Amino acid sequence: MSAATQDTAIRTGRVTRTLIYLILLLFALFYMLPLYVMVVNSVKPLNEITGGGMMNLPQVFTLEPWAKAWSSAQIGVEPTGLQPYFWNSIKMVVPAVAISTILGALNGYVLTKWRFRGDTILFGLMLFACFIPFQIVLIPMARMLGLMGLAGTTWGLVLVHVVYGIGFTTLYFRNYYAVFPTELIRAAQIDGAGFFQIFWRILLPSSGPIAVVSIIWQFTNIWNDFLFGASFAGADSQPMTVALNNLVQSSTGVKEYNVHFAGAILAALPTLLVYIVAGRYFVRGLMAGSVKG
Amino acid sequence: MGFLDIDHTTKSYGAIEVLHNVDISVEEGEFLVLVGPSGCGKSTLLNMIAGLEDITSGEIRIKDKVMNGVHPSKRNIAMVFQSYALYPNMTVGQNITFGLEMHGTPKPERQKAMKDVAELLQIEQLLDRKPGALSGGQRQRVAMGRALVRNPDVFLFDEPLSNLDAKLRVDMRTEIKKLHQKLGTTIVYVTHDQIEAMTLSTRIAVMYGGYVQQLGTPQEIYDSPANVFVATFMGSPAMNVVPAKVAMEGGKPVAVVALHDDSTVSLPFSQNNMAGWDGRDIMLGIRPETITDEDAADRNSSNIARMTNRIVVTEPAGSDTFVTMTLGGKDVIARMRSDADVRPGANFPFAVNMEKAVAFDPETEMRIVP
Repeated sequence: MSAATQDTAIRTGRVTRTLIYLILLLFALFYMLPLYVMVVNSVKPLNEITGGGMMNLPQVFTLEPWAKAWSSAQIGVEPTGLQPYFWNSIKMVVPAVAISTILGALNGYVLTKWRFRGDTILFGLMLFACFIPFQIVLIPMARMLGLMGLAGTTWGLVLVHVVYGIGFTTLYFRNYYAVFPTELIRAAQIDGAGFFQIFWRILLPSSGPIAVVSIIWQFTNIWNDFLFGASFAGADSQPMTVALNNLVQSSTGVKEYNVHFAGAILAALPTLLVYIVAGRYFVRGLMAGSVKG
Repeated sequence: MGFLDIDHTTKSYGAIEVLHNVDISVEEGEFLVLVGPSGCGKSTLLNMIAGLEDITSGEIRIKDKVMNGVHPSKRNIAMVFQSYALYPNMTVGQNITFGLEMHGTPKPERQKAMKDVAELLQIEQLLDRKPGALSGGQRQRVAMGRALVRNPDVFLFDEPLSNLDAKLRVDMRTEIKKLHQKLGTTIVYVTHDQIEAMTLSTRIAVMYGGYVQQLGTPQEIYDSPANVFVATFMGSPAMNVVPAKVAMEGGKPVAVVALHDDSTVSLPFSQNNMAGWDGRDIMLGIRPETITDEDAADRNSSNIARMTNRIVVTEPAGSDTFVTMTLGGKDVIARMRSDADVRPGANFPFAVNMEKAVAFDPETEMRIVP
């Protein structure tokens, strides 16, 4: 394979090639700069930062800012660190991602394999959900959560994120299932499998790649969401993003920049982890060999 | 009442009727082939038998039970799809027993049925593999195994061989025929390949434009095509259909056909009723293999006509040589022995077996029945 593709590469001289790589390297370094700043400053004592030299490597290496950000920093009025809010986020993100992905898969299945009158219009309307700005729904959503008795709870946030995510997950799964061979569904029907049996036994086991896409997308969005968290969460259900803001904004005492940097990295870690763990399943073609070869 | 009855069945999508009043009765153990070009409605008809498409009007009965509105899994049918439709996430063994599992068959029985089928199709060594690791021919066998294991009343095949390469297709064709002879099951088989239709079937339904053009045994279809469409669709190369005029010579009806140079030749009919068409135009149908050289002419035929015509093109195909000439203003193909001395541009004395020739009414395109 690789031998065949070499012909199509642009032939360049050694000098041009070096120049290209040099420029690319520079850009890469430039983009890595914020991460560098965050990492080095999160492992310095505070006096090294306040004394200037934000770009310097730490003279004294310490993990204390990390420990403090995690378990004892002042968040609002309580010195709890980010830890409880991290679990709040997990309790919100996991159900929200799971429910919205499963509902999206079911929607995609119905919209492609159990076609009904008006299904394209319905799909179009669901797509609309992807384009509604968050701010528009804040007040109606607050009213709805209040009526349902979910105001200020983790489940309220789960509901909001599921409702917002369903447009995207439906879009992903619908487009994936649209090219899934309908003959497989028909064969299963003749074999006597019902609606949900076909879904669980035939369709879902072949949905790996798109499920990963949906999970990464939903996880990143919901984990990083600030607006809904700040608007609808109660004191004991605030997600990580809101807590991070409270940590950085708290006005008592000195600004502990090293703790802030450590907290920011902590808040970003889970999404990075999801990319690293799930990203490689992207490329696996799980459909190989289902139909003609 | 047959085993499978398709009783005055039609299919419409909205206001458009795509199948018109199809009426076929299949006996137990028959191998019925639905053949026709794409879009003729053959797959739609098969899907209606399977229950994957609704029946707009009329009835489909299996063993005298009306199947309209019955779920596919409750019809006791099995289907082999063009793409095989093997479940990609299951092993071959799981693929074969999935239907039994869904019907609540206990596991020991499923395993036994799977073993029997695997043995019959010689796929025992593949049972633990995934479909992705199989060749086209192996997938084809697994798809048939999945159908066989259910022990259904009727097997439905939807162009099962069209994804295989030419050599494998011929092998699998023989295999399917063997299987049918061995098991004596009732089969409805859809194909666009007229050779498959001829070789496999006990009866053929030739379809075109949503109509069954002709229903009959392969021999009936080949020798006595109901109309010009059936005549030209069945057979390879296709039957030559040329314009001719009926005349009387010596009290016998003949077909007067133009040769390459506008002179004419008189080909005497075997059917005396053609006398009634004296002076009228007809379309004369001659199969390529009935135009030969003198030595290869059928010795049992009572009616060999001669004509000398110019050869336009020769196409040696190993076992035969196909010779193209101009007859009645059209290209006509003759199927000659490979050692016949034919050269392009030369005049050659052909022998035409007029016993096998058929005549069509040019207005209705229907065969003139002797």
